[in-house]
Amino acid sequence: MPSSDALTLPTPATPAVRRPFADALQGWLTTVDHKRIGLLYICYALAFLAIGGVEAAVMRIQLARPHGTFVSPQVFNQMFTMHGTTMIFFVVMPLVFGFANYLVPLMIGARDMAFPRLNAFSFWMTALGGLFLYFSFVGGFGLYGMGTAPDVGWFAYAPLTSKTFSPGHSTDYWAIALLISGFGSIGTAVNILATILSMRCRGMTLGKMPLLAWLNLTMAALVILAVSPLTAAQIMLLLDRYLGAHFFDTQAGGSAVIWMHFFWIFGHPEVYVLVIPAFAIASEIIPVFSRKAIFGYPVMVAATVAIGFISMSVWAHHMFTVGMSSTANSFFVLTTMAIAVPTGIKIFNWLATMWGGKIQFKAPMLFCTAFLFQFLIAGLTGIMLGAAPFNWQLSGSYFVVAHFHYVIVGAIVFAIFAGFYYWFPRVSGRMYDERLAKVHFWLFVIGFHLTFDFMHVPGLLGMPRRIYTYEPGRGWDVWNLIVTVGVAFQAAGIFVFLVNLVRSYFRGASAGPDPWDAWTLEWSTPSPPPEHNFPSIPVVKSRRPLWDLKHPEDPDWLYE
Amino acid sequence: MNPLIGGALAGPAPLSPTQIFAPASTPARSVFELSIFVLIVAAAIFIVVFGLLTYAVWKYKRKKNDDGREPPQIYGSNQIELAWTITPVLIVLVLFLATARVVAAVQNPPRPKNALEVTVVGHQFWWEYRYPGTDVVTANELHVPVSDAANPTPTFLKLLSADTDHSFWVPRLAGKTDLIPNFPNQTWIEPKETGLFLGQCAQYCGTQHAKMLLRVYVQPREEFERWLFEQSQPANSSEAVAEGRKIFEHTACINCHTVAGTAANGRFGPDLTHLMSRETIGAGLVPNTPENLRRWIQDPAAIKPGSLMPAMGMSGRELDAVTAYMASLR
Repeated sequence: MPSSDALTLPTPATPAVRRPFADALQGWLTTVDHKRIGLLYICYALAFLAIGGVEAAVMRIQLARPHGTFVSPQVFNQMFTMHGTTMIFFVVMPLVFGFANYLVPLMIGARDMAFPRLNAFSFWMTALGGLFLYFSFVGGFGLYGMGTAPDVGWFAYAPLTSKTFSPGHSTDYWAIALLISGFGSIGTAVNILATILSMRCRGMTLGKMPLLAWLNLTMAALVILAVSPLTAAQIMLLLDRYLGAHFFDTQAGGSAVIWMHFFWIFGHPEVYVLVIPAFAIASEIIPVFSRKAIFGYPVMVAATVAIGFISMSVWAHHMFTVGMSSTANSFFVLTTMAIAVPTGIKIFNWLATMWGGKIQFKAPMLFCTAFLFQFLIAGLTGIMLGAAPFNWQLSGSYFVVAHFHYVIVGAIVFAIFAGFYYWFPRVSGRMYDERLAKVHFWLFVIGFHLTFDFMHVPGLLGMPRRIYTYEPGRGWDVWNLIVTVGVAFQAAGIFVFLVNLVRSYFRGASAGPDPWDAWTLEWSTPSPPPEHNFPSIPVVKSRRPLWDLKHPEDPDWLYE
Repeated sequence: MNPLIGGALAGPAPLSPTQIFAPASTPARSVFELSIFVLIVAAAIFIVVFGLLTYAVWKYKRKKNDDGREPPQIYGSNQIELAWTITPVLIVLVLFLATARVVAAVQNPPRPKNALEVTVVGHQFWWEYRYPGTDVVTANELHVPVSDAANPTPTFLKLLSADTDHSFWVPRLAGKTDLIPNFPNQTWIEPKETGLFLGQCAQYCGTQHAKMLLRVYVQPREEFERWLFEQSQPANSSEAVAEGRKIFEHTACINCHTVAGTAANGRFGPDLTHLMSRETIGAGLVPNTPENLRRWIQDPAAIKPGSLMPAMGMSGRELDAVTAYMASLR
């Protein structure tokens, strides 16, 4: 039995020395430290969150009333294309990678990622992709005068993306931006896989990893499987546009449906790429704030891996209206509904973790609780959409828009906010302002439910998505107005959140190294963690090494 | 409110003329019945899990007078895990079987001999309807006969696209099916009541996707037959509008539009042979009045920015003449 004296409770850190600005900037730009790259990902994502949010607000102002004239149809179509592309590829994915980058090495007792320089390369590729996409606003028509942004929708169905229907360069910017950031995503995924598989500290077998590591392992595998076909499809699209290939060129015998398959074999696993790290955050926070070990760890791992596998077989449920055979449709109904089983298991295990605990409703747990309720609803509307005939009515309507925002905002973004508050003291060494965090929570809950609960209704009343305006007299008006009002609350919530982050970073009270009395390795380092994380590599004997340390009379490894 | 759709509002769909919960056609009804079943199952699951979550949040909140000791640590239970694995598996199985049955019923329907066939062609940003076996070609307003139980006359729609993807969605008649270039599709409707049914394109197809509205007129059999016969006649034209006709036939109009029995035989734009038999122009956008026609011909982009029809730059007199010619195409 290895001795555990390498692992000790943390001591307060010495204050960091401030360096001149140019030095600091050079430090950030050339860093290969996983923590700094994680923070770069997160800051970059927050900047794009503001941009994507403004685009959403423009759409909602336009749709608040029928026959809206706030923007032209062309601008509206650019807004929904840019909003979707930005939020998926340049907000949520970087957030997910940022959290994984920061947390995975700390939680498995490693000093950095497996390939630090690949890590930096991947981040800068992603960053370049986002900047490239937005450069289309000035360069879409070429470099003379007016520009234009892509307006083909975030899934860019063929043949709308062909030269015939999309002249100019806006679609090229879209395709190349995703191509570049796709390389970055694959690089980071390889890195996360290698790190988790080969950099764990002594004693940490796969079965003793924190759930966050297991979930990010699954996420990284999915990124490699899902982003590769998207990257291939972008190359094919560019070949079509510039070298006269005919993959998606329907007028020359190409197939529009092939693009849909390529896109959704990426697009559906992508949903799980985004939501599995949200599960990871919840799986760390719920036990600590309920003061109980996670319920059913092996089952949680199995359910995660099952979700990973099944999620590769459900993509064509995005294509129930495309005219597949009844056999094919039924197959995708079955796989889609099957994924509800492991997902349900996860919800029940979180519930069982809370059951019998002593739940403290600090900001991280508040957001996790809202995540549980909202993810439940998102899952149930998912079941409705998975029933192909019901989908024939709901697909392409505002019901779908409401559903996937329930997943992405209601589940993923809420979990990420929980993660922000939970690990803020770890990253900054300071405590956030709990009062502001609660204001943020309630503003965002109210805004979220005003917007996305009521957004289901116009879908049921026949309102398609991606329309820049609509006719009065269809019973859609009042719902759209409420949806728009909710946006103001969400924006206010985000503002309070950013103020809280910035203010607490400079003026927050010192948090100490272990403010939550937590159990995983990242809380065993000095605060904030030094460059190579651990003075000496820890040795662990159970899934909760700090619990063992704090409760030597009743350690976990007696039961696991 | 737009007077054109007031009639549809007064019908059995008080919430909205396009809502999915007021089916008026066989496939829409099959979908509706399954939807209600799925909704009930989802609601039941919601109530149970929501209740448990709420109870846990309320019951296990840390008390004010907490002693600070850690609660008992419970690591899991195989029996409980098994229970909440098997129950969802059974629910999923039932939902799947119920769904697969409706998928097969709606996608592989019997096809009675007297079923009507219509070819639907999606264009940026309007709908073309062709009635095979006749010369009838019309735009944006689909006419079909009502189907009664004694003599079922469903309408089978062959779905084609001339350019990008579109989707045919009239919620009260059927779920949506996409129109994809180089990929012929099919859907069907079997309306059980007469009246006007509304919908619109449900797959993003370009700038004016929002203004690609669908209007389906379900008529009694005899009325439909009469309409079909009238539509199959060539255009009638009087001397009074000869000037407008001449301008029409000597400008680019005829490159895109057809007026049966004349030199105009273009196919990019809507067939105008019986233009005035339609209630709207611009794919359901504005009422088909001479004033709106004149505005449209003068500058389509003023009504529908992004419409592929160019402004022809006609003088006021030419506009009046062409409008008069159009208004004579009954």
